[in-house]
Amino acid sequence: MSAPLIELKSIEKHFGPVIALSGVTFDVKAGECHCLLGDNGAGKSTFIKTMSGVHKPSSGEILVDGKKIAFESPRDAMAAGIATVYQDLAMIPLMSVTRNFWMGREPEKRFGPFKFIDFDKANKVTLEEMASMGIHLRGAEQAVGTLSGGERQTVAIARAVYFGAKVLILDEPTSALGVRQTSNVLATIDKVRKRGIGVVFITHNVRHAMAVGDRFTVLNRGKTLGTAKRGEVKPEELQDLMAGGKELAELEGSLGGTI
Amino acid sequence: MTDERIKQVSALRRAMIRPELGATAGTLLVFLFFLLIAGDSGMFAPAGIQNWTVVSAQFAIIAVGACLLMIAGEFDISVGSMIGFAGIVIAILSVQWGLPVWVSILAAFVICVALGWVNGMLVIKTGLPSFIVTLAFLYILRGLTIWLSILTTRQTIIGGVKDLVQNDWLAFLFGGVVLKDLFAWFADIGLIEKFVAGTRAGQPVVEGLPMLVVWAVVLVIFGHVLLTRTKFGNWIFASGGDAQAARYVGVPVARVKILMFMFSAFCACVFATCQVIEFGSAAADRGFMKEFEAIICVVIGGTLLTGGYGSVIGAALGAIIFGVVQQGLFFTGGESSLFRVFLGTILLGAVLFNTYIRRMITGER
Ligand SMILES: Nc1ncnc2c1ncn2[C@@H]1O[C@H](COP(=O)(O)OP(=O)(O)OP(=O)(O)O)[C@@H](O)[C@H]1O
Ligand SMILES: [Mg+2]
Repeated sequence: MSAPLIELKSIEKHFGPVIALSGVTFDVKAGECHCLLGDNGAGKSTFIKTMSGVHKPSSGEILVDGKKIAFESPRDAMAAGIATVYQDLAMIPLMSVTRNFWMGREPEKRFGPFKFIDFDKANKVTLEEMASMGIHLRGAEQAVGTLSGGERQTVAIARAVYFGAKVLILDEPTSALGVRQTSNVLATIDKVRKRGIGVVFITHNVRHAMAVGDRFTVLNRGKTLGTAKRGEVKPEELQDLMAGGKELAELEGSLGGTI
Repeated sequence: MTDERIKQVSALRRAMIRPELGATAGTLLVFLFFLLIAGDSGMFAPAGIQNWTVVSAQFAIIAVGACLLMIAGEFDISVGSMIGFAGIVIAILSVQWGLPVWVSILAAFVICVALGWVNGMLVIKTGLPSFIVTLAFLYILRGLTIWLSILTTRQTIIGGVKDLVQNDWLAFLFGGVVLKDLFAWFADIGLIEKFVAGTRAGQPVVEGLPMLVVWAVVLVIFGHVLLTRTKFGNWIFASGGDAQAARYVGVPVARVKILMFMFSAFCACVFATCQVIEFGSAAADRGFMKEFEAIICVVIGGTLLTGGYGSVIGAALGAIIFGVVQQGLFFTGGESSLFRVFLGTILLGAVLFNTYIRRMITGER
């Protein structure tokens, strides 16, 4: 397989006395979906924030296209082609789809000494990009608040892809969604992957991960418990790893195998 | 068939979901009301129209600044004190210190815009709500205004500006009257009455278009185009809609907000300058409560108090409603204290309506 787009080696992150990450190694290749699984508080968000330049690692190194790099800010990571879709702050509901899509990178056209947003282009591209992700909007001027949760995720994903993401990080994109919305988002992940983008898919739902993942890494208490390829691992095993194995096995016994 | 019905409803909904909707309906209602009860009182004769137009324009000037700032997610309640302060600065510099009026006006603008910058920096750096920071400046500036005025003249009113502004080019921009020829022609063809007696006999009762109104129109158009058509306008919406989300995509939220504080202060200074030149004097109590009147215009105009959504055109309509009702009560001989009752009521109604609109947009219950 090809060389990884981004590689993180033995990443540690301490918040004062709290050790959020204690040696996490992880990489993403072009065209794959690498799932990062872990229970609440396992350190998933902390880890991807390190990957996207929000946090600086306490130790460990980050390599982009094989070269060592240090992100000073999220902008640096974005410039290196690493885009993150955070679940809670993906979109501004009161603003239109177009305005959200282009926020911070509005296309302009000149009019004498003035520059205005080129809404014709902006609307056209927005509708096209959304359609390519399988969502046909009534109009690009409708407020994001009128979209469903899955459609909102898709706007954020389409935006990241359009602006040249090489690595797309999705932080629990499916956790608040219903069944149909979830399958839409999973289908979108598949489309993105087929364009040669490396997807990092964070979730604590093993079924969602199994549906699209090529590789799976489980985080537990700030450590990786290894990476498995698709087909090499069973859902139950992932579930066990996430919960720290033994305890869940005991729990499962007492609950009669319902987890 | 069914499909078509759904489309009709959604077209209606789309037409409805505009921030200006309430203010447009309100403006029509207010005009209808006063045409019916005050149609023959002179309110809609040229001099009457000029009367409420000027008052509405005054509200509009400060409402534009308050509107953009509120959409960016912040308040400035020091606007009223800033108006008093700017006026006293102009009067002290020109009357007491003998500086040319244009220098005094420019100095007032520099000081006000700098104060707007201070407001903005304090809000951004401390993370305190802008309501608190500008409340502090409401008191600080009002106190300074009175103190400076008494310190230099032993009075709270400084007169004598009128004689100084006569041939001042910049003063004309704030207190002059334009399109005099057009208005004279209106008078000739009988659209506007002429004075029949006195020193101004033969001249039209409305001399021309006051620069104050020109300022209001220019600021409203500027604010509207900036907000709806430009990149910076998108950033204003984004900063007020969700500052964190905006930051993540690279919108310079702090810069946007600080610039809007400065713009709000600029608008306050325009208001103050026009007023000083019109009255020929400055008074330390000028601008009292103006910040709230500006905010009321903005809210009537459909802008959300929480930011991220609104319209400058709406705010201008809010200013017209405000001006027409205030002056209309005067023309109809209505009890002016009832004006406050009306204001409170319409404010409450507007906020309820806005909340409803926002729910329609975001789908929240
Ligand atoms: N800024 C911070 N300061 C101190 N501790 C932090 C900080 N951020 C995270 N932590 C701690 O690091 C640990 C990992 O948190 P993180 O948010 O990465 O977990 P997560 O795997 O994303 O969990 P969830 O599934 O609930 O989102 C937690 O114990 C948390 O309290
Ligand atoms: Mg998390």
